[in-house]
Amino acid sequence: MDCTNERRKIYLDNAATTKMSEAAIKAMLPYMDGIYGNPSSLHSVGQEANEALTSARERIAKILGCEPREITFTSGGSEADNQAIISAARLGEKKGKKHIISTAFEHHAVLHTLNKLEKEGFEITLLDVHENGLITAEQVRNAIREDTCLVTMMYANNEIGTVQPIAEIGAVCREKGVLFHTDAVQAVGHLHINVKEQNIDMLSLSAHKFHGPKGVGVLCARKGILLTNLIEGGAQERGKRAGTENIPAIMGMTAALEEACAKIDENAVRLTVLRDKLIVGLSQIPHSVLNGDYGHRLPSNVSFCFEGIEGESLLLLLDDKGICASSGSACTSGSLDPSHVLLAIGRVHDIAHGSLRLSLSEENTEEEIDYTIKAVKEVVAYLRGISPIWRDLVNGKKEFITK
Amino acid sequence: MKALIAMSGGVDSSVAAYLIKSQGYDCIGCTMKLYHNEDVGISRSRTCCSLDDVEDARSVAYKIGMPYYVFNFSDGFREKVIEKFVRSYESGATPNPCIDCNRYMKFDKLYERARILGCEYIVTGHYARIEYNGERYILKKALDETKDQSYVLYSLTQEQLSHILFPLGNMKKTEVRKIAEKNGFINAEKPDSQDICFVPNGKYAEFLEYYTGKSYPAGDFLSTDGAVLGKHKGIIRYTVGQHKGLGISTEEPLYVKEIHTEENTVTLCKEQELYSREVIVRDFSWISGVAPRGEIRCKAKVRYRQKEQWATVTPIGETSVKLVFDEPQRATTPGQAAVLYDGDIVFGGGTVVK
Repeated sequence: MDCTNERRKIYLDNAATTKMSEAAIKAMLPYMDGIYGNPSSLHSVGQEANEALTSARERIAKILGCEPREITFTSGGSEADNQAIISAARLGEKKGKKHIISTAFEHHAVLHTLNKLEKEGFEITLLDVHENGLITAEQVRNAIREDTCLVTMMYANNEIGTVQPIAEIGAVCREKGVLFHTDAVQAVGHLHINVKEQNIDMLSLSAHKFHGPKGVGVLCARKGILLTNLIEGGAQERGKRAGTENIPAIMGMTAALEEACAKIDENAVRLTVLRDKLIVGLSQIPHSVLNGDYGHRLPSNVSFCFEGIEGESLLLLLDDKGICASSGSACTSGSLDPSHVLLAIGRVHDIAHGSLRLSLSEENTEEEIDYTIKAVKEVVAYLRGISPIWRDLVNGKKEFITK
Repeated sequence: MKALIAMSGGVDSSVAAYLIKSQGYDCIGCTMKLYHNEDVGISRSRTCCSLDDVEDARSVAYKIGMPYYVFNFSDGFREKVIEKFVRSYESGATPNPCIDCNRYMKFDKLYERARILGCEYIVTGHYARIEYNGERYILKKALDETKDQSYVLYSLTQEQLSHILFPLGNMKKTEVRKIAEKNGFINAEKPDSQDICFVPNGKYAEFLEYYTGKSYPAGDFLSTDGAVLGKHKGIIRYTVGQHKGLGISTEEPLYVKEIHTEENTVTLCKEQELYSREVIVRDFSWISGVAPRGEIRCKAKVRYRQKEQWATVTPIGETSVKLVFDEPQRATTPGQAAVLYDGDIVFGGGTVVK
């Protein structure tokens, strides 16, 4: 296991995106040349496409525990988040309710939409996510006011992997008569979800996080919730989302979702073993800290901060060793500021800078994990060795923040 | 040999990347993300110019066939460049932040990153030349004097020079554009950048007010003998030698001679009173690494677009010098760089104090 000269690829960035599964690819192909019709067309070629679309909607609804008409196909998780929040805000506004509850470590698709609403005069309460990255249903209960129109919380965090008590929060919202949306982009296909049982009014998901294609997702919204259009045009998706449906992608997503959900338990067992091995291995690095609660976390997520190094350099050198990792969430420029998630759980700037996220898939092997632990140890030691900040810490000129 | 190419998204650094790659180096392209638009008051709704530049650089890097990264250096840039720029302006000087950016970002922070990546060299699209004379490295002007950028590179140390390649030093801009066109680079026709990157359209006063959140109070314009001539609109709006925009009408035109921060006054004078022969320069660095033992004769310039003038230079300790020009110079401006030349060769430079 030589970590220096080997040309290999270990993909540990599955929270950013996943490789498409064979089932998903196979499911898409017939809809590119064979069944290529526009589902809105009257003729038989169009009808065939419409049949496929209808069946996909039914299959996805069955998995999520909702009715087919509660499924709206979107371009992905971000669009679904935007539409859910804007719709709830417009409904609330009509009743004079302009207060929204969320958390500080949501995805930017949520946070930026909330910022936009704040500028329009909405009041936003962001709940404390604590050092463990968890909120409680009690916090939500205490924050709900007469004028609260929406509670929106992510199911599982994309950077630190913490899983919120969604069913409990859903119950509180239902009891209080407040709409509840969850950004479940990191959770769908990885955790058991049933929107009815968990009292989820709206849920966003994205296909490429569970081995489906990119550029397609779902907004699942309980019937009776009037959605606001983000895109005007034709009458697709019951007039709530214009644009000819991306049938190949929708078929790929459906197949991927069915496959992923059928294997949730099997995958969770396998991933948890690998994840825990990584956590134990990386914890041996001095002055390191695991981000996010250990007990309530995605089976695929490992997130660490290493004091005295820059996450960016760490990623570059890991890439050089064939390890594809991330320091937080992917961002347009490919470069990162200290992540808002890590700052939200109270990591100070200097610590948050040295972050590493490894997100696993069921294709990863134990041997890859061993190699990764060894490589991260080597790279952290190397970077600390040449870091003036580390020298100051070791000499006692600066105080260590972590143990 | 491995080289890290600093790519701004402009045509010069793109061609520099192409030339180094053609010379057989194992290349990595990168762009430094130095600030966020919101932090410097460039509206978010406007296309993020720096992101566009990143996309241009990425396009070229991929076209040439090299890996490409964006490095987030915004913390360092704020501390070492923007903050210093603000403090300098607030103290009545007129700084040149590009010099600090070269010194602290490109050839320090970025070089550190290059070492981490196992690169022996940093490559930039600067128009300047580096030569080794068997004993030490020499920084020389570009062959194309109209594009010469050696002025903003005076702070380079011997260690840094030994790890830098300037592939455009021997080229003309027209040749550079031709190479870009021939290779179909997306930015072949992109105009040269003019302003300071984080101060759009050269609106310094607006930038300072936005960035610091302060307003700079009005005060008195004074004559050289202390008489009050009128009101100024805050010292950050003025630079030594300025005539336009003073809002004062007198028989003989008046110019800014000095800016006094503590008293919040701006002293005005007549054109002929702007001239002086003596200049004190601090924070001086000698390219050779050592100050000469005594007085030397050489040419010097105290602003970017100026022809060098003969001067007598006396080192004061290792890091300051006194320049005495043969001919009086107009409006020597604190904060600007004074750079010494022997023909094509750069001796060194520093910051004008007075």
